[in-house]
Amino acid sequence: MSESTVARSDLADPATRQALMAGVDATPGSAKPDSILVVDNIVRQFGGITAVDVSHLEVQRGIITALIGPNGAGKTTFFNLITGFDKPSSAKTGAHWSFDGATLDKTSASSVAKAGMVRTFQLTKALSRMTVMDNMMLGAQGQAGENLLKCVFKPLWSGQEKAIEEKAKELLQRFKLLEKKDDYAGSLSGGQRKLLEMARALMSDPKMIMLDEPMAGVNPALTQSLLGHIQSLRDDGTTVLFVEHDMHVVRHISDWVAVMAEGRLVAEGPADTVMSDTAVIDAYLGAHHDTDLGDDALLSDQAMVEIQQEVAAEQAEREEEA
Amino acid sequence: MDTIQAILNSMLREAISPQTAAVAIAAIGLNVHFGFTGLLNIGQSGFMLLGAYGFAISIGHGLPLIVGVLLGFAAALVFALVLGAPTLKLRGDYLAIVTISAAEIIRYVGRSALLTDFTGAAQGLQGVSYRTPFTNLSFFGDGDSTLSPFNIYDIAGGAVWVRLVGWLALAACIAGIVLLVKAGRARPTVARRASRDAGGRLTPAAGTESRADLGADARQVTAVSAPVRRMGIGALIALSVFLLFFLMPTSYQDTGVSGWWVRFVAWLLVAVCLLVVYLLVRSPWGRLLRGIREDEDAIRSLGKNVFAIKMQALIIGGLFGALGGMLYVLPASVQPDSMGRSLTFFCYTALLLGGAATIFGPVLGAVIFYAARIMIKGVANAYIPDSIMNGQQTEQFSFIVVGVALMLIVIFRPQGILGNKRELRFNV
Amino acid sequence: MLLLLAPLMLLAMAPPAGAVGTLCLPTATTACIAGTVRSDAGVVPNVKLTVTDPSGTAQEVVTGDDGRWNVQVSKEGAYKIALQEDTLPDNVAVSGANEVTVQAKFNATAPALIPVRTSTYVSSTSKVDELIQSSASGLRLGLLLALASIGLSLIYGTTGLSNFAHAEQVTLGGILGYFVVNVHGLNLWLGGLLVIVLCGFTGWFQDRVMWQPLRRRGLGLTQLMIVTIGLSLAMQYTFQYTVGARTVRVVQDNPTVRTIGPITLTNQSFVAMGISIVVIAAVGFALLRTRIGRATRAVSDNPALAAASGIDVDRVIRLVWTVAMALAGLSGLLYALVTNGIKWDSGLQILLLLFAAVTLGGLGTAFGALVGSLIIGLVVELSPVLGMPGDFKYATALLILILLLLVRPQGLLGRPERVG
Repeated sequence: MSESTVARSDLADPATRQALMAGVDATPGSAKPDSILVVDNIVRQFGGITAVDVSHLEVQRGIITALIGPNGAGKTTFFNLITGFDKPSSAKTGAHWSFDGATLDKTSASSVAKAGMVRTFQLTKALSRMTVMDNMMLGAQGQAGENLLKCVFKPLWSGQEKAIEEKAKELLQRFKLLEKKDDYAGSLSGGQRKLLEMARALMSDPKMIMLDEPMAGVNPALTQSLLGHIQSLRDDGTTVLFVEHDMHVVRHISDWVAVMAEGRLVAEGPADTVMSDTAVIDAYLGAHHDTDLGDDALLSDQAMVEIQQEVAAEQAEREEEA
Repeated sequence: MDTIQAILNSMLREAISPQTAAVAIAAIGLNVHFGFTGLLNIGQSGFMLLGAYGFAISIGHGLPLIVGVLLGFAAALVFALVLGAPTLKLRGDYLAIVTISAAEIIRYVGRSALLTDFTGAAQGLQGVSYRTPFTNLSFFGDGDSTLSPFNIYDIAGGAVWVRLVGWLALAACIAGIVLLVKAGRARPTVARRASRDAGGRLTPAAGTESRADLGADARQVTAVSAPVRRMGIGALIALSVFLLFFLMPTSYQDTGVSGWWVRFVAWLLVAVCLLVVYLLVRSPWGRLLRGIREDEDAIRSLGKNVFAIKMQALIIGGLFGALGGMLYVLPASVQPDSMGRSLTFFCYTALLLGGAATIFGPVLGAVIFYAARIMIKGVANAYIPDSIMNGQQTEQFSFIVVGVALMLIVIFRPQGILGNKRELRFNV
Repeated sequence: MLLLLAPLMLLAMAPPAGAVGTLCLPTATTACIAGTVRSDAGVVPNVKLTVTDPSGTAQEVVTGDDGRWNVQVSKEGAYKIALQEDTLPDNVAVSGANEVTVQAKFNATAPALIPVRTSTYVSSTSKVDELIQSSASGLRLGLLLALASIGLSLIYGTTGLSNFAHAEQVTLGGILGYFVVNVHGLNLWLGGLLVIVLCGFTGWFQDRVMWQPLRRRGLGLTQLMIVTIGLSLAMQYTFQYTVGARTVRVVQDNPTVRTIGPITLTNQSFVAMGISIVVIAAVGFALLRTRIGRATRAVSDNPALAAASGIDVDRVIRLVWTVAMALAGLSGLLYALVTNGIKWDSGLQILLLLFAAVTLGGLGTAFGALVGSLIIGLVVELSPVLGMPGDFKYATALLILILLLLVRPQGLLGRPERVG
C-alpha cells in the first residue's frame, strides 16, 4: 500500500488516522497497512548484556509513533542501530531492516540520513561554537559548495547557498528562532537547542524524522510548542518516530505506541490501549505497580535517585565520547 | 645599544627567513587539520620530511623542478591516505598516536643506511644537489641588496634620537592595528552571551533584550567603518613593515643560496596558501569542517560523509605540510634529524600562539615564535655569563622556554593572539 | 686518463702503512672510511682489507692492534671494501658477505663494517638459538615497556589523557639514577629505591599543582594533551641542559654477562626482568584484589558512576599519577641499566613503542598494555632475526599497529565502545 490509498493530507484528520490504525492488531510486531520502516531480528549486546533484542517491528507511514519504555530499555540503542550509528551483534545472523523499501543493513549513518531518515539526539548535538544559521545550513543536502573541488569557486555555489539560506530562515521563523540566527548555538537554552536540532533535521526534507527524547530537559513552557511542532510535522506528511518516557506526552500526541522493556518489544497499540496493558505496567513500573501511569507522584525519592544515577552514567558516556 | 641593535637585527632576519615561512606554511596546514577540522595530527614533520625528500631526491636524480614538487606532494598524499584510512573512523587519540609514530618512522627510514643512495642516510642530502633548478629561475640577478635602501643610517647617521623616534612610531602603528582590530571585534555580543550560557539553561528574557540592543548598536558602528577600518589596518601594517626595515636594514644576496629570491618566493607562497585557506574555509566545505570539529555524529546524522571530508582535510593540510617541507630545505639541506618531533611541536606552538582556526594566526605565530626564540638566545648569550649558561645551553634554554610557553598558551590563552575565544573549542 | 691518474697520485702520496693506528680526520676535500674488525671473541688485528675507489683503483689497509683500520680518500663516491679472508686467524671467518660498499663524503667519516665470527660462535648460533636469544631480549624490552605502559594506560583509563610526557618520565628515572648512583655514589639498590620514590613524587606533585587544577578548570582533553606535549619538550631539553647530549650511565663498572642455555644476557638484565615481573604482578594483584585497585578500575570504567557510588575519584587519580610515574621511573632506571646508559632523548625513542603497546592492547586497559608491550618488545627484537633490516624494526612495530587498527580498532583486550 502506498500514498495513493491514504492521501497524506487526510492524515492530518484524527478520525482518518484512527480509522487507519483501527484495523491493526495491538500485539508486538503487528503488521501495518503501509510500513515505512520494517525491522527484523535486531540484537545488540554489550559484553554479556543484551541491550536490544527486537524480532519484528513495523512503523506506519504518515503518523506519529512513540517508542516508550523505562530507562535502560534499549530505546536509544535501538535508535542508534537502525540509523547506522551502531552495528547490531546479530549483523551476520539475520538482522535485517529496511526503510521505504530500501535495505539498510549495511548502510552508514550518513547514507541513512541521505535516504530520508533523519534523527536527533537525546543529548542535543547543536554545534555550540557555530551560529544558529550555520547549524541550519549544514542540514541541507546535496550542496555543491561542500564538494572540495567546487568550493573555492564561489559562483558555483553562491546561488544555491542563497536558496538554502531562505529555506533556513523560513524554518527558523516557524520554530521561532529567527531572531537568534546570528547567535552561537551554544548560547541557546536547552529547549531552543532541541528546536534547532529539529529544524536542522528538517532542512533535508526527510521522509521520516526520528526524535530521541525531544522533551528531555526542556522547560514546560516550551514543551507545548515542541509538541505542536511535532504534530504539524505529521500534518505536513512527515512520518515521526520518537522515543519518550513521559507518559503524558505520549498519550496526547501519538497515534500509535510501541513499548520496549529490557531490550524487547513488549506491547504495541493505540496509546490508551497500551497504557492499560498489564504487561506494560509490569515492565514499565516494576515496583511502582499501584501508581497511575503518567502520574508525577511516580517520581518517588527512590526513583529520583535511580534517575540521577542514570543521568550521571549518560553524562559520563558523553564525556567519554568527547 | 649595539648589542640590542644586533639582537633586534637577528630577530628580524630570523622572522623573514625562508624557514620561518616554511614553518608558517606547515602551521597553516596544521590549522586546516587541527584548527578547523579538529584532527589531532602530531606528525606534521612527517609530511614535511616526505615533501622534502620527494622534492630533493627527484631533482637530485635529474628530474625537472615541477616534477620534483609534484612528487613531494604525491608522497604527502599517499602518507595522508595511509594514515587516515585506519584512524579517521576512530576516536581522535588514534590519529594522534599513529601520526606521531608514523612521522618518526619516516625519519628512521630516511636515516636507514639501506637507502643511502636516495636519502643520504643520517647525513641527509646536501642543498647543492637539488637547489640549482630553483635558483636558476631567479630574475633577481646577482649582487646584494639592502632593505630598506633608505634607513636610519641615512638620517643623522643613525643617531639615538632617530632610532627612538622610529621605534615610537612603530609602537604607535602596532597599537593602532590592535585598536582597529579590536574595534572590529566589538560585534560579538553573541560571543559574550555564549560565554554565559554555554551551560545551556534558560536565559532571562530581560537580559537577552538588553544584550540584543547592544549588539545592534555595535553592528551599526562596524558596518559603517568596516571598509575604512580594513584599509586603515592595511596601511598601518605596510607602514610598520617599512619601519621595521627602516630601523633594522637587512641585506642579503639577490639570488644566492639563501638570498632575497628564496625569501621572496617563500613569502609569496605563504600569501598564496593564506588565500587558498581563506577560499576553502569560507565555503560550505569549510562550514562542514567546523561542524565536524564541533560534533562528528551530528554531521553524520545530517547525511554527510564525515570520513571523506576528514580525509580531504587531512590530505589538504598534509599538502601544505609537504610544501612547507620543500621550502624548509631549499636554503639548507635535507636533514632527517632536524625534521623530527620537535618541528611538529614548533608548528603547534606557532599555530596556538597566533590563534588556531584563524586565517592569519599561523603566520603571525610562526614569525613571533622564531623571533622570540632568537631573542631568548641572544639575550641569554649577551647578558648571562658563560659560567651560568654556556652557548650550548642557551640553545637548550630556548627550547625549554618553547615547551613551557606552549603549556602556558594552552592553559591561559587557548585562542592565541588572533583567536576568538568562543569559536575555539578543543575537546570535540 | 686524468681520471685514472688522480687516484694513482693519491696512492703515491698516501703511504698505505700510514693508515694504521693513526686517526683519520676528514676535511673539506678529504673523506675517511673506517671500521673495526671485531669477532665475538674480541678485536682482530693484522687483517688486510682492500679498498677500491669508484674508478677501480685499489689500496690495502691493515687493522691495528685495536682491530681498527681507516683510510683517507680525496674523492667522493662509492668505495668497495673487501676483507682478505686468508689474513684472518684460523678460527675466525667472515659471517656474511666479505665485501661492503660505502659512500665516502667530504667532511665525514663513512663507517664500513664486515662482521666476522669465531668458528665456535658460528656453531653455537643456529637460527633457533638466535631466535631464542632475540626472544629473550624481546621479553626484556617488553617487560620494561610494560612497566611504563601500564602507567600510561592507567592514566588514560582514569583521566582520558594521552600523556605524551610519559616517555620523559622514563628518561627521568634513568637520569636521576645517574645522579644518585653514579655521581653521588649511593648504593645501587638504595639509590634505585630513592629514584623510584622521587619519580613517584613527581607524579604526585604534577597532579597536585597541574593536572588536578586543570581538570577542575574544565580544560578539554585535547588541550591537556597539548600541555603534555609542551611538558615533554620542556623536560627533554631540561635533561639536555643538565647532562648534555651524551649518554650517561647509572653504574660505573661494566656489566658482566651470564649465559643460561642458549641465552646470553648481562646479569643486570636478568635481575631487571625479575624485578619487572615481580612489580607487574604486584600491580596486577593490587588492581584485581585490593579495594583501591577495584576503585581504580571502577573509575576507569565510568568516573561519574564511580563518584556516585562514593569513590573519591580525585584521590584515585592522584594515586594513579603517583604510581604511574614511579613505574615509569623504575622502567627508565632498569632501561638505563640493561642498555648500559641513557640519553636525553631515550624516552623519545621509546614513546612510539609505548603508544603502540598501549593502543595494541586496547587504550585504557592495564592488562592490555602488558600484553601489547610484550608483543611490541618481541616484534622489535625478533624482526631483524626474521629478515627485516635492522633499521626498520620500529617500522615493523608500527605497521602491526596500523594493521591491527584496521581489523580491531579497540585493540586486543579493549571493549567495543558505544556510540550516540
